[in-house]
Amino acid sequence: MNNAQLEIQLIASLVAIACAIPGTFLVLRKMAMISDAISHSILPGLVIGFFITQDLNSPLLILFAALTGVITVVLVERIQKTGLVKEDTAIGLVFPVLFSIGVILIAKNANDIHLDIDAVLLGELAFAPFDRIYLGQTDMGPKSLWVIGTILLITIGLLFAFFKELKLSTFDAGLSASLGFSPVLIHYGLMTVTSVTTVGAFDAVGAILVVALMIAPAASAYLLTTDLKKMLGLAVSFGVFSAISGYWLAHWLDASIAGSITTMLGLLFLVIYLFAPSKGLIAVIYREKQQRTEVSLLTFLLHLKNHTEENERHVNHLQEHINWQKVRAKTVLDLALKNNMILIDNDIVSLTQKGDEFTSKAIDYIITNEDAQIEDMKDDFFLFRG
Amino acid sequence: MSEIKIQEKTSVSEHKMAVQVDDLTVAYNYKPVLWDIDLEIPEGVLMAIVGPNGAGKSTLIKAILGILKPIAGSVTIYGKPYDEQRKLVAYVPQKGSVDWDFPTTALDVVMMGTYGSLGWIKRPGLKEKKASLEALEKVGMLAFKNRQISQLSGGQQQRIFLARALVQDASIYFMDEPFQGVDATTEIAIINILKELRKAGKTVIVVHHDLQTVPEYFDWVTFLNVKKIATGPVKDIFNDDNLTKTYGINYKVSIQE
Repeated sequence: MNNAQLEIQLIASLVAIACAIPGTFLVLRKMAMISDAISHSILPGLVIGFFITQDLNSPLLILFAALTGVITVVLVERIQKTGLVKEDTAIGLVFPVLFSIGVILIAKNANDIHLDIDAVLLGELAFAPFDRIYLGQTDMGPKSLWVIGTILLITIGLLFAFFKELKLSTFDAGLSASLGFSPVLIHYGLMTVTSVTTVGAFDAVGAILVVALMIAPAASAYLLTTDLKKMLGLAVSFGVFSAISGYWLAHWLDASIAGSITTMLGLLFLVIYLFAPSKGLIAVIYREKQQRTEVSLLTFLLHLKNHTEENERHVNHLQEHINWQKVRAKTVLDLALKNNMILIDNDIVSLTQKGDEFTSKAIDYIITNEDAQIEDMKDDFFLFRG
Repeated sequence: MSEIKIQEKTSVSEHKMAVQVDDLTVAYNYKPVLWDIDLEIPEGVLMAIVGPNGAGKSTLIKAILGILKPIAGSVTIYGKPYDEQRKLVAYVPQKGSVDWDFPTTALDVVMMGTYGSLGWIKRPGLKEKKASLEALEKVGMLAFKNRQISQLSGGQQQRIFLARALVQDASIYFMDEPFQGVDATTEIAIINILKELRKAGKTVIVVHHDLQTVPEYFDWVTFLNVKKIATGPVKDIFNDDNLTKTYGINYKVSIQE
């Protein structure tokens, strides 16, 4: 691995971390699409900033672009507040207009600078190591590394300082307001960080990947944990993993780095969406099947408890009595046997003491409307789940 | 529920005013939802705010707490603006106002009640954790402290919200429909805690829907329907006349003596 390769991976990883932090809160606030809007509408800010400063390296450029990002949010909220259109429509109205203003400004006036639309949309990470900062004669490393490194430090500093406030206002804006932590202030703080991060990352990875890096790692992490701090940690790790693996995918395919990183993010989400232990698709299907069987089991046990007469409890009669198909009836019978809840004597089914106890408790919970407790009780009674 | 009896309050007139609302008008998009409300809530009462849907009950609480900006009027808490008295006030929003899938635990939600006294930047420490655990115990939810909040039943979620208000250790408690969607056991548990608060000299203001339980649970009541219809002791003003004025139709409930 040569120096340039290392630098590219480092830049990509720092961008990923800087995006994952605000991204986590955007996902929790159901504002994922806002990052898409910001990433496009900062273009006119960049161009206007360039006209004023005549310098592509000026930090003022970032400031101008971030300002357009915040203006986007304000415009979206203004339009939405009229009540004439919904939020997604407002987003769809605002950012294409701002983006096209940027496109026209570039086409009309800035043909001679290397700010072309391709670079804006997809970024060019591969070229990042060529744009370096020199202090006198000393090579201080790629410019992008400095830009995104600074933004990341500020983001981490703000996260540590205002973690409590961010969490509170994201979860319960009403309480946040009544306790004196203005949700509006925190909202715009988050929007400013999102805008600045987008601008900083934009240069290296382009508008489309910025959105992916903000949303995909956080969405993946959301499926895996029920703890906000762990969600942040996971989102950061997923971002870095995709950045590095994406780089090598691009290397191997000889394709765009930004495109490959985004592909890795998509694949990562797909895998987690399918296999996440409790919220994943497969786990959900499995749990539904298990619950169906266990509800059937409870129905069956209740039937046994209600009927002492033998003809109601004969194995062969169960099928017609409870109106189940053969396979289902067998599954339920087996499950009851495995858990020592029933006895079969001469083809007559009866409840064991344990089965009787379980059923009585379940009935109690059902009639007192505490159905949720049955789930907890299952852990005590079941040796095998459905 | 017969063991829950309200002790007759002595004359309240010499009491201090916990909350005073003057000429308060709130509008959404220029449509007034609260019209010129004047309201005095004496210290130490357990008060229900009743009125039909859309009467502005939640809006009134939110305007008092500065969550909504009124277009006219003023609110004082013990004689001073709300901004200066935040620490005296605790708020329980409607359960449906938050996303219960949020990645956090019951204990963590209760700890949020301590954020107000901490102020900006400072993080909760051992002291806050201890207070939160005590509040959880008070509402009978200590065993669920590490549960993710979406894994709790509706009644349990409401108890968590109540614990979060208790941990604020305030003088005035505002609660927006704390009995909505809870089971009978939780309802009794909640009302017992509210009565304990009143016994400790706190003022409790509750948006309430079930008119049948008003005389049983509360000693003070405010009838609201965009305008204030009446406010005062339950035994004096909770009658068919005010109910009819508030709910429009000939609304009668049997009032237990």
